[in-house]
Amino acid sequence: MAGATALHAKADHAARFESRSATREPTWVKWTLIGVSLTFFALFLLMPLIAVFVEALRKGWDTYLAALVEPDALSAIRLTLIAAAIAVPLNLVFGVSAAWAITKFNFRGKHFLITLIDLPFSVSPVVAGLIYVLLFGAQGWFGPWLAEHDLKVIFAVPGIVLATVFVTFPFIARELIPLMQAQGKEEEEAAVVLGANGWQTFWYVTLPNIKWGLLYGVILTNARAMGEFGAVSVVSGHIRGLTNTMPLHVEILYNEYQFAASFAVASLLALLALVTLCIKTWIEHQAGRDS
Amino acid sequence: MSIQVQNIHKAFGDFIALGDVSLDFPTGELVALLGPSGCGKTTLLRIIAGLESADSGRVLLDGEDASDTHVRERHVGFVFQHYALFRHMSVFDNVAFGLRMKPRSQRPSEKAISAKVHDLLKLVQLDWLADRFPSQLSGGQRQRIALARALAVEPRVLLLDEPFGALDAKVRKELRRWLRRLHDELHITSIFVTHDQEEALEVADRVVLMDHGHVEQIGTPEEVYRHPTTPFVYGFLGAVNPFSGRIEGETVRVGEDVLPHGASDFAHGDEVIAFARPHELDIVTAAASTEGVAARIARILAFGVTARIELDGLNGSTGQHFEVELTRTRVEELGLHEGQPVRLLPSRLRVFAR
Repeated sequence: MAGATALHAKADHAARFESRSATREPTWVKWTLIGVSLTFFALFLLMPLIAVFVEALRKGWDTYLAALVEPDALSAIRLTLIAAAIAVPLNLVFGVSAAWAITKFNFRGKHFLITLIDLPFSVSPVVAGLIYVLLFGAQGWFGPWLAEHDLKVIFAVPGIVLATVFVTFPFIARELIPLMQAQGKEEEEAAVVLGANGWQTFWYVTLPNIKWGLLYGVILTNARAMGEFGAVSVVSGHIRGLTNTMPLHVEILYNEYQFAASFAVASLLALLALVTLCIKTWIEHQAGRDS
Repeated sequence: MSIQVQNIHKAFGDFIALGDVSLDFPTGELVALLGPSGCGKTTLLRIIAGLESADSGRVLLDGEDASDTHVRERHVGFVFQHYALFRHMSVFDNVAFGLRMKPRSQRPSEKAISAKVHDLLKLVQLDWLADRFPSQLSGGQRQRIALARALAVEPRVLLLDEPFGALDAKVRKELRRWLRRLHDELHITSIFVTHDQEEALEVADRVVLMDHGHVEQIGTPEEVYRHPTTPFVYGFLGAVNPFSGRIEGETVRVGEDVLPHGASDFAHGDEVIAFARPHELDIVTAAASTEGVAARIARILAFGVTARIELDGLNGSTGQHFEVELTRTRVEELGLHEGQPVRLLPSRLRVFAR
């Protein structure tokens, strides 16, 4: 994950590198490299994306729209939005506190915390889902206690939210830590000497400095939260109209040979990806202009 | 307001940054903390501000123990080496920050804040930059804005951490003079940290010389320059020529050579180290002379008002290098040329026990 600002600083490097005969590579090298990357891009990214929309619209607009407003589809969309709406703010709070703690304070176990934040990246999502089944499932550690109090986590909405929170855990913290480390704590010190309290320092000094990085992290978290399949699949139970998120709904439809409907829902996720990319580019542009 | 530090001790792991430092900063003075990097001067300044805490010892502000007072209640102004301006705020908002952060009951009205900020910007002569952002300013302008920002909350003391350290030589010199003038206008107790002896001597009322976490000497610039009490201070405040030798009556014997010294408190036979500044050495060419240390001229640099002559030691001081400053007429008078064996005769010698 490159920082939102890092990409921009190098943009005009390339131009300078090429304009000088001393550093310029032969033309065929340039075009081979461009050709290779564009071919890969077309084959592995662009073609599938087009395929999604072509397949979705194969049977016409009416079928397409019908697949989206079907009750099960609507419920899947609603659940996906709920999971994201809970996971994103939670990880926003956690990510900012973790990044703040790691970059502005010294404490024992700091490196351990940094390693731990990366855990969801290194663990397979299926394993992540399984962990929650083992903890909260009927035979799990807290299973009997939950059953006693008539609480349902696994095969219910809370499980899906938990799994989503788990897999999207690192994005914001990972985005902010290098950014805040690079900025140091001098501005915060200046604010405190000038009489600002902790909250004022955060609100008026730290937050404005990290806003683009933070927004970038939120966008990534949101995209992942809505698109997560593995972990959610394990804890969901695939109950139609109740515990299906959009990715799960796509799979079920596909397995039932309802290709057009399946691709129609998939096209929504693809659209989300495109919107995410647009916002991401815009943020990078803004961050680049600010700095 | 006066500042006292009493028996401050601070260590970072095994490294002792400050070893039992006690100092007194009287009201209204501009004091320089001067020393090489790593001598503990910045740590001391940060402890006074409250940005760092001492392992033991006390900081008294206006006679009151401030050791447990939070930074924001100490009412100090702090200027950072790298300005630490809020990069997303305009110059105006930067200077207004301290006033706007006050609790509602003490906060001046937006109109009063605006008037105050413009007054301060006028004071630092940058009123026309109010709407700019820090990234659009030069280093010197940024530091002046940082100073205006620190002054906005009417601090009781002003602490400056290498305020001109990140600026180029010309701007440094300008700002130095400007800081002195500002202090003469405001008379606010100020401490500034620097590793540049010229800066300290030129700007400060008093200079505190520090080395390895200890205070070496305190005095007016004149005092510390004219009467350094330790070899470190002597060496730090200007170019020096050291001569290691032994006291022999009213002379210092350096190997086979003899330097005249005059009466001193040292006993016959004491091992000493004697210092002379480049302008305190004269060159003698007469072959018959037996006084002074033998040396050979290595280079003559005669492009300034004075000429600088670099010499290599001979006899007892082989391997040593000396530096002498003479007027250009004197160089011509003596007919000096490179490779010539001569003798060095100090007009003034500072002698320390070894």
